[in-house]
Amino acid sequence: MTDMTPIKTPAEQALSRAFGLAAPTLPGDAGVKSLREAAFGAFETAGLPHRRVEDWKYTDLRVLMREAKPLAAPPTADDIAAAKDAGAAFATAGARRLVLVNGSFVAELSELAGLEEGLTILPLARVLGEGHPLSSRLGSLAPQGNAAVDLNTAFMADGVVVHVAAGVKIERPLLIVSRHVGAATADVTRSLVVVEDDAALTLIESFEGPDGVDYQTNSALELSIGRNASVELIRHQAEGESALHLHTLMAEAGAHATLKGCTLTTGAAVSRQQAALALNGDHIVAALRGTTLLRGRQHGDTTLLVEHKGTHCESRELFRTVLDGTAHGVFQGKIIVAADAQKTDGRMASNALVLSDGAEMDNKPELEIYADDVQCGHGATVGALDEELLFYLEARGIPEAEAAALLIQSFVGEIIDQVENEAVRDALMAGVMRWLAQRAGTPQARG
Amino acid sequence: MPAVQETVESVRAIDVDQYKWGFSTDVEMDKAPKGLNEDIVRFISAKKGEPDWMTEWRLGAYRRWLTMTEPTWAKVAYPKIDFQDLYYYAAPRMNAAPKSLAEVDPEILRTYEKLGIPLREQELLAGVEGASYPSSRVAVDAVFDSVSVATTFKDELKKAGVIFCPISEAIREHPDLVRQYLGTVVPVTDNYYATLNSAVFSDGSFVYVPPGVRCPMELSTYFRINEQNTGQFERTLIIADKGAYVSYLEGCTAPRRDENQLHAAVVELIALDDAEIKYSTVQNWYPGDKDGKGGIYNFVTKRGDCRGKNSKISWTQVETGSAITWKYPSCILRGDGSKGEFYSIAISNGHQQIDSGTKMIHLGKNTVSRIISKGISAGKSQNTYRGLVSAHRKATGARNWTNCDSLLVGNQCGAHTVPYIESKNSSAVFEHEATTSKISEEMLFYCQSRGLSPEEAVALVVNGFVRDVLQKLPMEFAVEAQKLISISLEGSVG
Repeated sequence: MTDMTPIKTPAEQALSRAFGLAAPTLPGDAGVKSLREAAFGAFETAGLPHRRVEDWKYTDLRVLMREAKPLAAPPTADDIAAAKDAGAAFATAGARRLVLVNGSFVAELSELAGLEEGLTILPLARVLGEGHPLSSRLGSLAPQGNAAVDLNTAFMADGVVVHVAAGVKIERPLLIVSRHVGAATADVTRSLVVVEDDAALTLIESFEGPDGVDYQTNSALELSIGRNASVELIRHQAEGESALHLHTLMAEAGAHATLKGCTLTTGAAVSRQQAALALNGDHIVAALRGTTLLRGRQHGDTTLLVEHKGTHCESRELFRTVLDGTAHGVFQGKIIVAADAQKTDGRMASNALVLSDGAEMDNKPELEIYADDVQCGHGATVGALDEELLFYLEARGIPEAEAAALLIQSFVGEIIDQVENEAVRDALMAGVMRWLAQRAGTPQARG
Repeated sequence: MPAVQETVESVRAIDVDQYKWGFSTDVEMDKAPKGLNEDIVRFISAKKGEPDWMTEWRLGAYRRWLTMTEPTWAKVAYPKIDFQDLYYYAAPRMNAAPKSLAEVDPEILRTYEKLGIPLREQELLAGVEGASYPSSRVAVDAVFDSVSVATTFKDELKKAGVIFCPISEAIREHPDLVRQYLGTVVPVTDNYYATLNSAVFSDGSFVYVPPGVRCPMELSTYFRINEQNTGQFERTLIIADKGAYVSYLEGCTAPRRDENQLHAAVVELIALDDAEIKYSTVQNWYPGDKDGKGGIYNFVTKRGDCRGKNSKISWTQVETGSAITWKYPSCILRGDGSKGEFYSIAISNGHQQIDSGTKMIHLGKNTVSRIISKGISAGKSQNTYRGLVSAHRKATGARNWTNCDSLLVGNQCGAHTVPYIESKNSSAVFEHEATTSKISEEMLFYCQSRGLSPEEAVALVVNGFVRDVLQKLPMEFAVEAQKLISISLEGSVG
């Protein structure tokens, strides 16, 4: 647009001040320092994204992020005690729990003993502080000009760094819990997961925090999947209902790799989950799925970018959104097929169920294709609950509210059913049931 | 695969220089001085003998345009246009307004003859001549650069109460109607090119169909850019009053020239209660040569307003020409129960760039829209579908079905889909599907195993691919469109 210099919003000004104060104390060597400065410089130039920025058309951060909260301090003993039950929803999954409280890695709540051979887990603060070789891999996947990522890179202080050596298949899932406790702060976490060739890993991310506190989280995960490696990624975003949640997945995969992702979003007043996935080799199979359940005045944005760069790759993206109250759901997905990525098979679909007047769904599924021997498609639907199905169930004596709940359950259940680990699947489904129970305003009726 | 390999080879060999309408006509022209300023706007207005309010309207638009910047969001790339290096008005020199065809420069008549456009009322559209179709009559308004040179069947239309005339004439003779409707669908401030058009538009068609009248024949405008370095800025305004029906066809061609030429049109359609407008376009501006040199920049704003209850607007377009197309025929579904349709075939070859699509804006209750878009890219072209479907809070029961498919011929072209689907009403049902593929080998194999040659098989599949849209074209145009498709895809369809 025009070359106007927009007036800095209070949030932008606060972020600039915060960076000025924090920069000298943030961990990392000269390389990391210059990475931070470049990222913050890019952010300062562009400012918070607004609706005239195409990628953020439906999620205007200038409006939705009125103020920038102060950076979180390291958790106190009380904070840690309050976070004791972090990740309880996944307790039955038998996962190895790693806990971040207000963005800081808490060793005493994390299970670091008895690591499988070939598995390395380190707090990011240590990796940065010690100049660990893995720190050189940070930022390599970060997309340019993305405000959420730039802010994350500028302020990253802690997170989890995971390395799985070549050929090692880790059976036990890893569970990274990001827990917020106490007053409203900004929690910035950055995690790096490297799964080398022929290795395998299941990773669960859980975001949780108290209702009624308008804290802000900015979390980013860099995931590098080696050749012939396999990763399953589960994320449950159950932030407190006043929170602002930004999450970015930056992933790359090598030839013959497999990536399965499943996300469940129920929390936060404003949330945006973005994923950028680069399929760099041939014969990669990637499936990203997710479901978002929103009510009240919640705003939930899912933005995907899948780049097919090798031949014979298959990608599947399926996202389902359920909107109640005056919630606002956003799905933006883009598949790019490079000129030599022949035999690509890419499918993307977004389905939304709008339960009430006043709710709004915006879909933008894009294809950008430069190769001719491909099969690509996308679909998007928006609609209300099927009257006929409701009638069918009601005719069989099921009360209307319960019939609606059943239909919603099956609508999102199709996404969650894809999760292989049964306990994890149950935990996600329990999250859905909680949402349905809260919607009905009654105690949970069915399991 | 041999068939496709052959296709690619022959597309490359034949490509866009197959353009058959690239000749130019040598006639004496009246031109405004090059460049754009308030004097030029006043000059155009004076040339047209416009009333003061119209001149002011244009000047207002011009002043607004000066404050605007060119849009850059479309997926097209071109060097910056020097708006001061264009002629904004060029008209064939003739004695005042020709009263009959006899007074029109025979060179111009020959041009239309060559193009197959019948300007003599007894003639049929060349495309159908000799065919076994029942003969139907078409009223034609022929626009040559900046002015309308002839309008046929005016008297007969008058008997039915239909006004069909150049818009410059309408401004003089039906000022109330023009004032009431002009700029109400595409406001002066709408976008960069529409604002420019509002300031300098020279001619175009005006159609008014009175209440309850079914227009007795198809109306058609044929646009021809002839003069070098001119921009064509046509303005079309079609009003279907309550219960009226009109079908309108538009065709365009231009000579082959090395310079790019600008065409920035505005089309406004207004359908009142129970009225229906069917608008069909065969856009075949000069696409540039095989190296991407020359060709028309086609930056067009087309919008229909279903203002009345149960009104219907249907857009059908076949896009094969232009170096760059930037065009989004849209429907505002304001009236309850109104209906919008968009059928499009966009074929790009050579270095053409197409960024086209539609907007369906559902405002009224129980509004329905349907979009079928077929994009075919070949050569080194880029073909983008960009569309918006939105339902506003009060658009209870809004319904949309969208299907946009792309077909790629060769591996140097691109096909892109950018749909926006926005729903603010829980009872709105929107469905969107898009696919991109190359011609299925299985289909080709099936055809070939039944004795078709590879070329015949490709032709069959491509024709099947675009059939949904071709069926929506008025018969006269379907013939022309089919010809166009076979030219654009010559090599791929054998």
